[in-house]
Amino acid sequence: MATRKFNALPGFGLTMGVTAFFLTVMVLIPFAGLVIRACGLDWHDFWQLATNKRAMEAYRLTFGASFVAAIANVVFGTLLAWVLVRYEFPGRRFIDAMVDFPFALPTAVAGLTLANLFVGNGWLGRFLVPLGINVAFTPLGIVVALTFVGMPFVVRTLQPVLEHLEREVEEAAATLGAGRLRTFVTVIGPTLLPSMLTGFALAFARAIGEYGSVVFISSNKRGDEIAPLLIMNRLESYDYTGAIALAVVLLVFSFILLAIINVLEQWASHFQS
Amino acid sequence: MAGAVKRKITGDSHRQSRRGTEESPIVKWVLISVAMAFCVVFLLLPLANVFAQALQLGVSAYFKALIDPNSWSAIRLTLIVSAISVPLNVIFGVCAAWAIAKFNFRGKSLLITLIDLPFSVSPVVAGLMFVVLFGMNGFFGHWLQDHPVHLFGKVYEIKIIFAIPGIVLATTFVTFPFVARELIPVMQATGTEQEQAALTLGASGWTTFWHVTLPSVKWGLIYGIILCNARAMGEFGAVSVVSGGIVGRTETMPLRVQSLWQGGSTESEAAAFAVASLLAVLALVTLGLKTFLEWQQERDFERAQQAPATTQEERRFPSPEDFR
Repeated sequence: MATRKFNALPGFGLTMGVTAFFLTVMVLIPFAGLVIRACGLDWHDFWQLATNKRAMEAYRLTFGASFVAAIANVVFGTLLAWVLVRYEFPGRRFIDAMVDFPFALPTAVAGLTLANLFVGNGWLGRFLVPLGINVAFTPLGIVVALTFVGMPFVVRTLQPVLEHLEREVEEAAATLGAGRLRTFVTVIGPTLLPSMLTGFALAFARAIGEYGSVVFISSNKRGDEIAPLLIMNRLESYDYTGAIALAVVLLVFSFILLAIINVLEQWASHFQS
Repeated sequence: MAGAVKRKITGDSHRQSRRGTEESPIVKWVLISVAMAFCVVFLLLPLANVFAQALQLGVSAYFKALIDPNSWSAIRLTLIVSAISVPLNVIFGVCAAWAIAKFNFRGKSLLITLIDLPFSVSPVVAGLMFVVLFGMNGFFGHWLQDHPVHLFGKVYEIKIIFAIPGIVLATTFVTFPFVARELIPVMQATGTEQEQAALTLGASGWTTFWHVTLPSVKWGLIYGIILCNARAMGEFGAVSVVSGGIVGRTETMPLRVQSLWQGGSTESEAAAFAVASLLAVLALVTLGLKTFLEWQQERDFERAQQAPATTQEERRFPSPEDFR
């Protein structure tokens, strides 16, 4: 790309101005508003609101369910990416396109249909409920919803890496007498690991903030209350400071995860090219 | 997908010699079966269930649910909100991509990080930000109440929270990065030589943009727009914080789905699925267009491969964050 000095293209001032204006009005001012309000809180009150018993229960559920869902996504996402890249089978291209479906489907619809699948007379619930496996309106349902919304992350992070994997390395392993499993664990696995962790972190970050799909499938009672729902409940009872305190905690976690994802992506890019 | 292209070019000659690097057929088909079972439970069943439940009381009940005045007003509101917020994002996205892709300046990576920021914020927190600004206890809440607008002899109080402007703001916030992040890599890949050539030949800046830049990035732009639109129409968390859910007035389609579902009766549950089925169709259309656009880009890529004189950047994979 040409440097600024030799760049004859017009419009930098105009486009930069529009960009700065939109960014300020739409993103920076709303952020600043929340931060200023949070700073206005007494530190002691803030700590109390952010860490009282109900809030701690909400964090535990949010982070726990998100963690389990992200693990499930790593396991099945890796398998799915592998199958889509390495094997030819009928319907492969269709499934490949459908992987993005959880991104395209509004979360409210996802929650609605998942909840309905797992209730007593639903398509899956009629087999699972008699076995004593209750998914709808339980924490397990929250995990299912979070697995659904995070599903494409691992698959889409791993696919390009698998595509670019050099077959010669596997051939070398094979000539040296390694079986397929051993090749996968000791040769392919380490190459995939950074991307798997990136996918895990992306799915986890998404799950922590997720609200739409979860409110449909969760019972939303005291023990089944995720952190975003608790923010919502506090807002509905006009407890603005309580809502802001929780929001700040969630934001801090999001930013920490964002930083971790950036580091992971840089690490993963060393393994490509 | 570019991978498929690549296999065509490099892969076939290796077919014969792959025996040592391929799993046994049994392992292969077990892996495929498990992966497909996962896809059926997590993709196909939820999708099919939306339509099955929507039609459980028959086709006439389905259409009756859709023309119900409150559902109809939710559909209209969703269209209005996306008709405002998508063009805003296109203007912003094109400007941001032009400034970032075609020029060098200090703080560029900070700017990109700031543009991406809304993706890492929980939708509920995003909605809360606007309540903090414009709610009754917010920074501008009282000011807005004390300063009504006089227009054509009538007095209008400007309401943002629990009204349409708040829904538009929240929707624009959560969809903010879509167009920009799709356009920036595409514009960067095309470089600045073609624009410089057009300018040297006497074209104005606007003509250059319209006839040189826009055609070369059109697929990326359309890609960004359809993803942005899908999210704008389907946003739930942020909108439900600022909307107040006033039936028939500030309910968008996803909120209508929730309030019908909470209605409890079989009819209202079927109606919830009827409204949801429209959103599911939107998702399928979005996916279809997305696949078509990727296929278009792949075709352009193949053409570029056949013409060895032109150097072409390798086609970008759809990133996992495209849809967030």
